[in-house]
Parts: sequence; structure tokens; C-alpha cells
Amino acid sequence: MTALPAKTGLVTRTRPKGAALDPVFMITCGFAATLLLSALAGIVGSLLIGGWPALSHFKLAFFTSSDWDPVQDIYGGAGPIVGTLITAVLSLALALPVAFGVAVFLVEFCPPLLRRPIGIAVELLAGVPSIVYGMWGLFIFAPLFRDFVEMPLITSAAPGSLQEKIFSGIPNGSGILAASIILAVMILPYIAATLRELFLTVPAKVRESAYGVGCTTMEVIWSVTLPYVRRSAIGAVMLGLGRALGETMAVTFIIGNSHAFPKGLFDGGSTIASTIANEFAEASSDMHTSALIALGFVLFVITFAVLAIARALLGAPKHG
Amino acid sequence: MALLDRRSRRKAANVAFVAFCTGAAVLAILTLFAILFSLVVKGVSGINLDIFTMSTPAPDSRGGLANAIVGSVMLCTVAMVGAVTVGVLAGTFLAEYAGLNRWTSAYASVVRFLNDVLLSAPSILIGLFVYYIAVKPVHGFNGWAGALALGLIAAPVVTRTTEDVLKLQAKQLRESGVALGAPMWVTIRKILWRASQGGIITGALLAFARISGETAPLLFTSLGNQFMNLDMTKPISNLPAVIFQFGLSAYDDWQRLAWVGALLIAATVLSINIIVRVLSQEQKRS
Repeated sequence: MTALPAKTGLVTRTRPKGAALDPVFMITCGFAATLLLSALAGIVGSLLIGGWPALSHFKLAFFTSSDWDPVQDIYGGAGPIVGTLITAVLSLALALPVAFGVAVFLVEFCPPLLRRPIGIAVELLAGVPSIVYGMWGLFIFAPLFRDFVEMPLITSAAPGSLQEKIFSGIPNGSGILAASIILAVMILPYIAATLRELFLTVPAKVRESAYGVGCTTMEVIWSVTLPYVRRSAIGAVMLGLGRALGETMAVTFIIGNSHAFPKGLFDGGSTIASTIANEFAEASSDMHTSALIALGFVLFVITFAVLAIARALLGAPKHG
Repeated sequence: MALLDRRSRRKAANVAFVAFCTGAAVLAILTLFAILFSLVVKGVSGINLDIFTMSTPAPDSRGGLANAIVGSVMLCTVAMVGAVTVGVLAGTFLAEYAGLNRWTSAYASVVRFLNDVLLSAPSILIGLFVYYIAVKPVHGFNGWAGALALGLIAAPVVTRTTEDVLKLQAKQLRESGVALGAPMWVTIRKILWRASQGGIITGALLAFARISGETAPLLFTSLGNQFMNLDMTKPISNLPAVIFQFGLSAYDDWQRLAWVGALLIAATVLSINIIVRVLSQEQKRS
């Protein structure tokens, strides 16, 4: 009987060739991840540091005053801040019902022959760069909007009436409402595509059983589909809102670029992003630059809040 | 018959609902086609050989977009090389090394969240940041800064898709690497990356589509240049900035060039998206 070798060390397992480089590779990957992390930290940091002189100099007035005067070096950001919020909310209010309609149409009663082409078209349009929407807004949409919406509404308003108040402004085709409509057109394909994806996640069994007990299409949507995707749908809408808030080019072309507080829907206005895009490269003084960066910081805080809410609603990060 | 009965009311409401949805779809599709239509009509009429051979002109003179096209290609290429390198490595970290221990998994979830924030942060803010680190210190707008800004926009997209694709790979693939006696990093490179090639390329293409039309962050990083310039340390021309400048100008011929530029960008982005679609469908089939 030969005994088994007492020392199992005889059958040593050699380390695979090149295993020494394993930690190196892992650290390289970790370093790349850290780069992304530090980029975001850098964005927050540089915005805060760059904007601090303006924030500390004007204090609360930066948020309450709408005096934006590069000549006297006085900057109040209320105009752009309010403009950003108004255009984003208005555009969402305009885009959401239409996007919802498109998504329901595609999922529930689109002729099968058209379903794929229309679905693909909507998704493709979500990828068209915003500057294209801006060009279209300025050259095609603005003149039509002026002649067929602004002029009739302004001329038909009785002096002193509510209509006159809401629709005050210069009828030149650009302004708060025009910018909101272009923004709405821009975020529409995005919201519609996301909603459609969500609607498709509802199990066919659930929907069919609702039809089975005699629900109409509308009742199926309202009482089965929507409750099923509620949280994610709100999250998706918030992501759309985030896009509208930070959008620069589509807005800059058509909002009219005035820093005053917008008085009516046809009045010119500005958003934070459009103000930065227009003035940053030609800022006249250090305080001007700092004020623009402070606006950027405000925009970051707003979009970050919206995104954080969206993410919380969408639940655990769902990829894909 | 003062009141409709329940059934008819429900039916009527449903008809109204269906009409609303169909109307919304028709309205949306008409608007979107109107945009594409005017883009093609206005853009195609301006296309000629000059566009690709001559630099951007002064008002009322002959010229094209050659410098802007070359500039855009350069900026996007440099940005994509950087973004793919960082993105693929970071995505690999998130997918493969996150589960190593408690610390790495905590770190990975922080990175994942911040990557998502970066993914949807307004691009103009990324431009401001890059202005601070790459324009202000050297006292001048330059091409590297523009490429850096675009890279920062593209990298989160690549990271996210890389992580997603790697996570889809079967566990057996990793085990097969170990069984062959390959160290982890060789397994990742030679097996996992190769298996996820298609998905990573798709992600990179989508990122490229996104940055090729990106305007805002270039306005104060690479600025623009009236002349052909291949030197990345100098301001460099690019299509989006030219569209912005020419589109808002008062000159007819400048506006015409802006339309051509917009058409070129839209055509690029749309064809990339279509390629991605075809690619991912082929993958599903195989």
C-alpha cells in the first residue's frame, strides 16, 4: 500500500501567467470610474466657486431682483430663473397630453401596419439635435405663430380684459409661449417613446382580462394600464422636465432674450441656459462672468432635484 | 330620454378618448414631419460642391462649411476616443468589480448614481466646467477644451451601456475563463469584452450621435474659427456653432448655410440611429 503523499503541497497550483497584472487592471478600471465621479464633483465645485463672488455680493437680491445690467455691473437673476421654470412647466403641460395620446394610440389602436414605422419615427426624432428644432422654430414656426396666433389674440383683446393681460407683448413670433411650444415639440418624442415602452410592460393577460369583463379602451387605460406603470410614468415625465429645464439651443433661438420679468405669454424672456449661451463668451466683467456661473449653479440645483425625484420614483435604477 | 343610459355614456366617452388619442398622434406626427420636410427643402437647395471645399465666408461672398465639417469631425473623434476608453473601463468596474467586497459595491453604487446625474446634466453646465479647467488656465479657447466637453457628455453614455451589456453576459463565460487558467483581466478582455462587442459599439454610436449635434458646451470652449484649422490648441470651427452664429444672423446666404449645416447634422444623427437599429436587430437574430 503506497501511502498518499502526506504533503499536499506537492500538487501546487501555479498562479496563472499574468495574474500579477490583475490588480493593475482593476485599479485602472476603478480610476476610470473615479474620473467620472470627479468630473461631477468638478462641475459642482467650479460652479460654486465661480458663482460665489456674485452670490455673496448680491445675496438674496440675486434671486429676487430682475435688474440685469452689465453696464452698471448689477445682476439680479430672477428673470432667467423664473423664465426657466415657466418655459419648462408650460412645455411639459403642452407636451404631456399629446405624448400620452401618441403612446396610447401606438399601443392600443394603431393599425398594425403603421405601428412599427410610427414607433421608429418617434424614437428617431427623440434623437434629433436640439439646434435643429431651434432653427425650425425661428424660421418656420415663428412667422406662422405671429400671423395666426399672436396677431388675432392681441387685436381681439378688449382693453383692460384678462385676455389683454395674458397675451401682452410684442407680436414678433418669439417669446415665452413660442419657446415653450418649441420645447414641447422637442421633448414630445422623448416622453412619447418612454411612455410607450412603459405601456408595453403591462402584461397582456392583465389588459385582456380587463377587456374581458367588458371595459372600454379608455377604462382599460385609466384603470389598468396607468395604475400599473404610475410610478415609472411620473419618473419618465420628470426626466422630460429635466431635459426641458436644461435645454439651451432650441430656446435661445426663439425666446427673445430679454432679462426683464416676462409680463405676458408673448413677451420676450430668457432662461438660465439661454442667458449663459448668449453672454458667457463675451462677458464684460468678472462680476458678469460670476453672475452667469451663479445662474448655472442655480440651474444645476434645480435639475439635480428633479433628477433625484425622478430616480427615486423610478425605483432601483432600471437599466436599458 | 333626458339621460343617456350608462352604456351609451361609456361608449361616448370612449369614442371621445379614442378620437383624442388619434388626434394627438396625427398632430405630433404632422409636426415632426413638417420639421423634417422644411429641413430637407431648405437644406438640399443649398447643397453644392462649395459646401465641402470652401471655408465659412464673410457675408455676401462665396463659401462653404468645409472648416466646420473638418472641425466637428476632429472634435468628435478625439472626444469619442477618450470617452470610449474611460467609459468602457468604468463600465467594466461597475459590472465586474463592484461585487468584490462591501467597499467596492458601495463605491460602485455612488458612481452609478453620479453617472446618471452626469448623463442628464444640462450640457451647457459641462461647458462651464470645462471652461474653468481647460480654457481659463491657458487664457484662450482651444480645440482640446471642446473635445473634453464633448467627451464628458459621451462618457456616461458609454459607461452605462458597457455596464448593462457586461451584466447580460452569462456567468458561464466568466467561469470558462477561470477554468482555462486565465487571470481575471485576461478573461475580461478576451472573453467578456469580445462577447459584448456589439453592445458596446451600439453604445458608442449612440454617444457619438448625441455629441455630434451638441452646441451649447462648444460656444465657450472651442468657440469657432472662420478659417480651416487643424491645430487643437487654437479655437476650432464646428458645425453646431456655425449654425448658431449664421442662423441668428441677418444675412440670407449665412442663413442658407445654417440650414445646410442643420441638414448635415440631422442626416448624420438619423443615419447613426438607423445603423444602430439594424446592428441590434442582427444581434438578436444571431
